[in-house]
Amino acid sequence: MPKAEDAPDGLHALAAAQRRVAATLTAAMIALYFGFILLIAYNKELLARLVVPGLSLGILLGALVIVCSWLLTWVYVRWANTHYDAGRDRIRQGG
Amino acid sequence: MEPLTQVATRIGEPNAVAMGFFFLFIVTTLGITWWAARRTRTTEHFYAAGRVISPGQNGFALAGDYMSAASFLGIAGLVSTTGFDGLIYSTGWLVGWPVVLFLIAEPLRNLGRYTFADVVAARLRQAPVRIAAAVGTLATVTLYLIAQMVGAGGLIKLMFGIPYESAIVIVGAAMIAYVLFGGMIATTWVQIVKAFLLLGGAAVLATLVLLRFDMNPAALFAAAAERYGPGVLSPGRLVQKPLDAISLGLALMFGTAGLPHILMRFYTVPDARAARTSVFYATGLIGAFYLMTFILGFGAMVFVGPDAIRGVEPGGNMAAPLLAEHLGGTAFLGFIAAVAFATILAVVAGLTLSGAAALSHDLWVHVVRKDLASPTEQLRVARIATVGLGIVGVLLGITFKGQNVAFMVGLAFAIAASANFPALVLSIFWRGYTTAGAVSSMLLGTITTLLLIYLSPTVQIDILKHEAAWFPLKNPALVTMPLSFAAGIVVSLCTARHEESAGFASQQRRMHLGAAGEP
Repeated sequence: MPKAEDAPDGLHALAAAQRRVAATLTAAMIALYFGFILLIAYNKELLARLVVPGLSLGILLGALVIVCSWLLTWVYVRWANTHYDAGRDRIRQGG
Repeated sequence: MEPLTQVATRIGEPNAVAMGFFFLFIVTTLGITWWAARRTRTTEHFYAAGRVISPGQNGFALAGDYMSAASFLGIAGLVSTTGFDGLIYSTGWLVGWPVVLFLIAEPLRNLGRYTFADVVAARLRQAPVRIAAAVGTLATVTLYLIAQMVGAGGLIKLMFGIPYESAIVIVGAAMIAYVLFGGMIATTWVQIVKAFLLLGGAAVLATLVLLRFDMNPAALFAAAAERYGPGVLSPGRLVQKPLDAISLGLALMFGTAGLPHILMRFYTVPDARAARTSVFYATGLIGAFYLMTFILGFGAMVFVGPDAIRGVEPGGNMAAPLLAEHLGGTAFLGFIAAVAFATILAVVAGLTLSGAAALSHDLWVHVVRKDLASPTEQLRVARIATVGLGIVGVLLGITFKGQNVAFMVGLAFAIAASANFPALVLSIFWRGYTTAGAVSSMLLGTITTLLLIYLSPTVQIDILKHEAAWFPLKNPALVTMPLSFAAGIVVSLCTARHEESAGFASQQRRMHLGAAGEP
């Protein structure tokens, strides 16, 4: 980003931080889900393995994809509620 | 607990309990609509429920908008007949929600008013962008609406014994009434009631299943494996071609973030923080629901049996109702049947409202009348668009009777992922995006998706019964989404305009700080 357009109140730093967090978490989500899909496509034997009787690794990982997706939203909300909102308040108050 | 090949079921017979619950739902929701109608005075109320919906309420409403009968009946059916392969869908339908949160929800709330086109058009030329966005929106909404309508007609015929056409007309009349009179306020509360019913019904059913297994899901899966072989616990034939799975995955993940009726919900909350919190709630609710489909599907496999389920309906869609009948008797079947009906009604209401917003807010107000329409006229046009779209929905539902329309939901997601999502992301995050870039990425995304789905095995082999298909993938998102991004970027680079990139700085400010950040 050209220096000349940098806002004096630090908006660009806040925007960059938001972009970084959003991009990292999106990448994590993509890795999580498509990792699962690729395992299904290329390593069926591994997913067929039983963790405990009745519970295959595939079912466990499927459930974990759902739970981890929700945890990722929690991570973002936690970051945004503390850092992002504080940064916005600072800029709004002109401080 | 011997597996049955034929099952004695009262599905399809007039069911007093089902009728009773359904009647109760209609009366309650029409009551809500009457209450909402008295509060719907401006377009702000009609499209955005006055922006006073709380994050918790919007979380439930988002879940209600998203959890369609396809996910409740379809996935439970798929799991009950294929085991693990069905679970691939349970996970796929959830993974778009974090993307909605990270990239879309807050910027959308801060930059737009009623539709996602507001965001794309913010610093670009209004007319071309809005027309292209309306094409993407209406294509998505129409395909989704056809799939829901045809599903509704078949489902209601199967469960209540009402003729297909009458069922479609009932659904159409109720959805028009909700949206026409109660706008977004009524639609929101219908979604909330429906989400409670659906989650509650699924939770009771899952609990009834698990009670037979000391509340241990692994024991349930073990029982399924013991009866139908260990294959039901591991990947099977559904994912033969990895590229097919990846393409569908892309459509589901990024299509969720481009569904007009979902995006519209973020305008109903007071600010960006509320939008953010509401996605967190929605993801939790939807995730819990899809986890329950694991239990419902394997429960139906064990207690009813795949052959018996296919015997009642070849697609397996009656797995959950059959399971309810087996575990809770005719009364519980009636309750679940009414919940499924309520589910469809709520989803089509949300779709109709977002389609009406594209027609009236984007096309009429901004393109035809060039922002000169009075508030009264805007509200009147929104209502006319609602009735028009509702009638079109009913006619399409009747036209496509008996057709295989299941692929249309995947197609709607593919268009949302290839037309709406790239335009949103590029306009939010990229300074260099131009009007020409936005229009070409949205139109190319919509057109190539429609074209490639026509050439795909889904249409060529499954529906037209041809020997082979020109395009190898069942869902085109793997090709069309990158194509749309590429078109948006290349065309923007070729048509760079200073006044459009100059608007990015103030857009950036507004996106992060909201209207309060305006100088």
